[in-house]
Amino acid sequence: MAIIERPTDTPALAGTSGVVTASSSYGYFRRPVESTGWKSWAFTVDHKKIGIMYGAVAMLFFFVGGFEALLIRAQLAQPDGSVLSADKYNQMFTMHATTMVFLFVMPMAAAFANYMMPLQIGARDVAFPRLNALSLWTFVLGGVFLNSSWILGGAADGGWFMYAPNSSVPFSPTNGVDFWTLGLLMTGVASQVGAVNLIVTALNMRAPGMTLMRMPIFTWMALVVQFLLLFAIPIITVALFLLLFQRNFDATFFNVAEGADPLLWQHLFWLFGHPEVYILVLPSFGIISEVLPTFSRKPLFGYPFVVFSGAAIGLVGFGVWAHHMFAAGLGPISVAVFSVATMAIAVPTGVKIINWTLTMWGGKLWFSTAMLFAIGLIVQFTVGGLSGVTHAVAPSDTQQTDTYYIVAHFHYVIFGGAVLGLFAGMYYWWPKVFGKMLNETWGRWNFWLMIIGMNLTFGPMHIIGLQGQPRRMYVWTENRAGEGFFNLGFWNLVSTVGSLILGIGAVLFLVNVWVSRKNPPAPADPWDARSLEWITENPPKEHNFDRTPTVHALDEFFHRKYEDVGENGQHDYKQVMTGEQVVAEEAANADAHIHLPSPSYWPLILAFGMMVICYGVIYSTLLLAAGAAIAVLALFGWALEPPTADDSEFEPPSSDGGQPSKELEHV
Amino acid sequence: MSDTTIEPPAAPEPEAAETAAPDEVIPAGYDDGQDHIGLVHHTTTGLSNTKLAMWLFLGSECLLFGGLISTYMLYRNRQGDALGPDQLWDIPFTSATSFVLLMSSLTMVLAVSAAKRTDERGTRLWLTVTALLGGLFLAGQVYEFTVFYREGLGYTTSLFSSSFFTLTGFHGVHVAVGIIMLLSLVGMLAKGRIVGDKAETVEMVGLYWHFVDVVWIVIFTLVYLVPA
Amino acid sequence: MSSDTELSSTTGDTAETHGADDLHHHEISDKTYVLIALLLAVLTAMEVAVTEISSVPDGLLIPALLIMMVIKFFIVVSYFMHLKHDSALFKFGFYVGLGGAIVLYSVMLTTFHFFLN
Repeated sequence: MAIIERPTDTPALAGTSGVVTASSSYGYFRRPVESTGWKSWAFTVDHKKIGIMYGAVAMLFFFVGGFEALLIRAQLAQPDGSVLSADKYNQMFTMHATTMVFLFVMPMAAAFANYMMPLQIGARDVAFPRLNALSLWTFVLGGVFLNSSWILGGAADGGWFMYAPNSSVPFSPTNGVDFWTLGLLMTGVASQVGAVNLIVTALNMRAPGMTLMRMPIFTWMALVVQFLLLFAIPIITVALFLLLFQRNFDATFFNVAEGADPLLWQHLFWLFGHPEVYILVLPSFGIISEVLPTFSRKPLFGYPFVVFSGAAIGLVGFGVWAHHMFAAGLGPISVAVFSVATMAIAVPTGVKIINWTLTMWGGKLWFSTAMLFAIGLIVQFTVGGLSGVTHAVAPSDTQQTDTYYIVAHFHYVIFGGAVLGLFAGMYYWWPKVFGKMLNETWGRWNFWLMIIGMNLTFGPMHIIGLQGQPRRMYVWTENRAGEGFFNLGFWNLVSTVGSLILGIGAVLFLVNVWVSRKNPPAPADPWDARSLEWITENPPKEHNFDRTPTVHALDEFFHRKYEDVGENGQHDYKQVMTGEQVVAEEAANADAHIHLPSPSYWPLILAFGMMVICYGVIYSTLLLAAGAAIAVLALFGWALEPPTADDSEFEPPSSDGGQPSKELEHV
Repeated sequence: MSDTTIEPPAAPEPEAAETAAPDEVIPAGYDDGQDHIGLVHHTTTGLSNTKLAMWLFLGSECLLFGGLISTYMLYRNRQGDALGPDQLWDIPFTSATSFVLLMSSLTMVLAVSAAKRTDERGTRLWLTVTALLGGLFLAGQVYEFTVFYREGLGYTTSLFSSSFFTLTGFHGVHVAVGIIMLLSLVGMLAKGRIVGDKAETVEMVGLYWHFVDVVWIVIFTLVYLVPA
Repeated sequence: MSSDTELSSTTGDTAETHGADDLHHHEISDKTYVLIALLLAVLTAMEVAVTEISSVPDGLLIPALLIMMVIKFFIVVSYFMHLKHDSALFKFGFYVGLGGAIVLYSVMLTTFHFFLN
């Protein structure tokens, strides 16, 4: 429902007879007004709806990427597998990785950041709501565009890192790589624009009293991630344009015969690519930094250390990229420098692990599903972090690189780190977002099958990697399999079985969502939580907070419920209010006038225009021009449209002269 | 919507009190569609959302142009027997176009200054002059590239040529977008279609324009003047 | 560690933004802007002139050009873009990007042995 109240004391309205004139961009188009139905989702600028759509589409791509992974594992279950041809296999691992990284983990983290950040800082929306909608639709349409390559001549097949000159036309003749390049340019716009939006939101829209060191930790980690995106995305944008021009206009950037250096691509890609992995994992670190204290009934241990180590990881993360290039021929000095820098980055990460562990130490642990996933992250990410330390040592990395040992490492940190954290967030915040609890029994099955599945899938990869099985090879053969305990045959089979278990575990999440849909409404404060987003209803009203809360401490919600009656420096917390009462108190003092930004067509149209441009680059200049025209039209429409509907677009006051209608007028 | 005259500033927004909820709280950060001069909306840092956003964006653009410039620097001697910088550059001509762009920054700043004084005509005048100077710069670029092309430097001729045209092309596109923004701004100001603080909008376009100029300062030195 | 990193009042409550007329005590007059523009033109002329002098060795020429370029860069950013008199947060956003670009790309070029010429 649109709870958009029109202020009554505006001079322009005084004495109007109720005649409504259209205020519009071109004199012809009215802005969208629907507050229910599909249009209220397609044209929304509400961060909560946008967050839900981000999450839903990301979840869809999780299963797309997961299916691609199952095909890969099916191919590698046996020697000389025949499930996929070599060409199809190349497409499969390229798209599996691209989908999982760019279309699942990043957007799912964006879903949480979009939904939770304004709530955690006491705001009603983000700084630029229409830009937020643009981020969403650019991601969605970019993902659709990228995956349409499967049915339009073949997907990209150069690996998600798309090394040059293999990515050039002679070696990748289908349009697949162009779909990849253009699709990532689109999703890059989504991330870039979102980064600016969320940074301004976190810095500028905090509730009164919320200093930076009283900000919830998830918001802090999300803020660091936005800075990483802000500075990393332009770098891959350069790389993508160089590749695009190479493939489409015969530029010579990666033509070795002309004197090009293929390492240029690798540097540009990994300058982005390394910060990218911290972009993937830091949101999950933020999520579990909320979950662990809640279910340990203790505050986060060393909040300032967790904040600063997060910032440090972000900063140092920009300085280690060439550790992906140890075997590329950089020379001993470069290798040594990056080796040392990479070892350094283990330190702030270790600080976090310690802080999380000490948060739990001495706490009254409640093993909800969210808590299980959070603890799972600590354990599994540590495994991945340890193998990462072995890569930092350049001589040993020279053995490990391009083998399955590396595949093991990054799946433990991405799946065991980023993905488990995202699932923790879903179980934790599901009642907040949807007003219902997810079933805990199904949740346990979901968790344990995923844990067992992931360890059976990725654990053996350490072994087969060190036994020499290379990455990106569509078959392994019997006579290379070896004998004895470490033979490739057994462990590849175990890995494939594990992936099936993992797949079933993931599907159980969907089952849980389905069976929980008819659950009774969730209680107001199901987890006895600590941070500001819980001072709203489940789900929150459209305007989030009835009254913008004033913040007096970190873990504001906790401190409103519990008073410290301890003496002599001892803490003794006594409950003085329930969560429900805190929310009710805010509602009783609700603000009289609440301004909310109004829905808009333009973000979706602009995103659509961009997609048409992308198809045009591949297929036809005319299409490109059409897309550009749509995009320019949308930009002007956007610029000419006020962020909030003009007063005249609201329904006129009712005949008894009372309060004006709260609804945008339907025409 | 409002016409071209400036309405008196709206009553100042009440400060958010620590405890009691004031009668009207405009949530931090949004533009409520009212035309304010000087007073925009409440934010935690006291800084404008749009201005903060623009500076962050410009910070990120440094990485974009840095990548293109580095690519050029890496490849600029790799033309084999084909044409190289020494044979191509017409420094007097490029100095003239650089001077034009530099002066456009001056006229831009004069436009912002006029906007702050609410000198409507002056603002539109200086914005238009800025756009014209920008257009002159672009015309110079087009002429220069045509000359290079006729002398045998195509886009795909060598690594040097690809990198050169890509770098200057990206810059040129940024200038073109800037010109469109300037002219659109002139039109929107004339028709009273600017939502929110007009002076700030002019200032934001100004920041973008100066950045584009500053990138050219770097390109002119590194590409044209520094000997290969 | 709980120090307030706010830029506005210490209690962290919302502050009025200063839109167009922020910090008017730092207003630069139009005349000053023209003088700055003249200075920029002179610097550009000097840059070009220095490249014309054939007796200057590259080892001196390149640093000289770079220094003049940097001076012009900072003049435009500090005065035309008003960053000198603007909030530290704007400076952070811009200079971190600029500094990051310079450092990262220089390291990259170093691995290509670019600076060994």
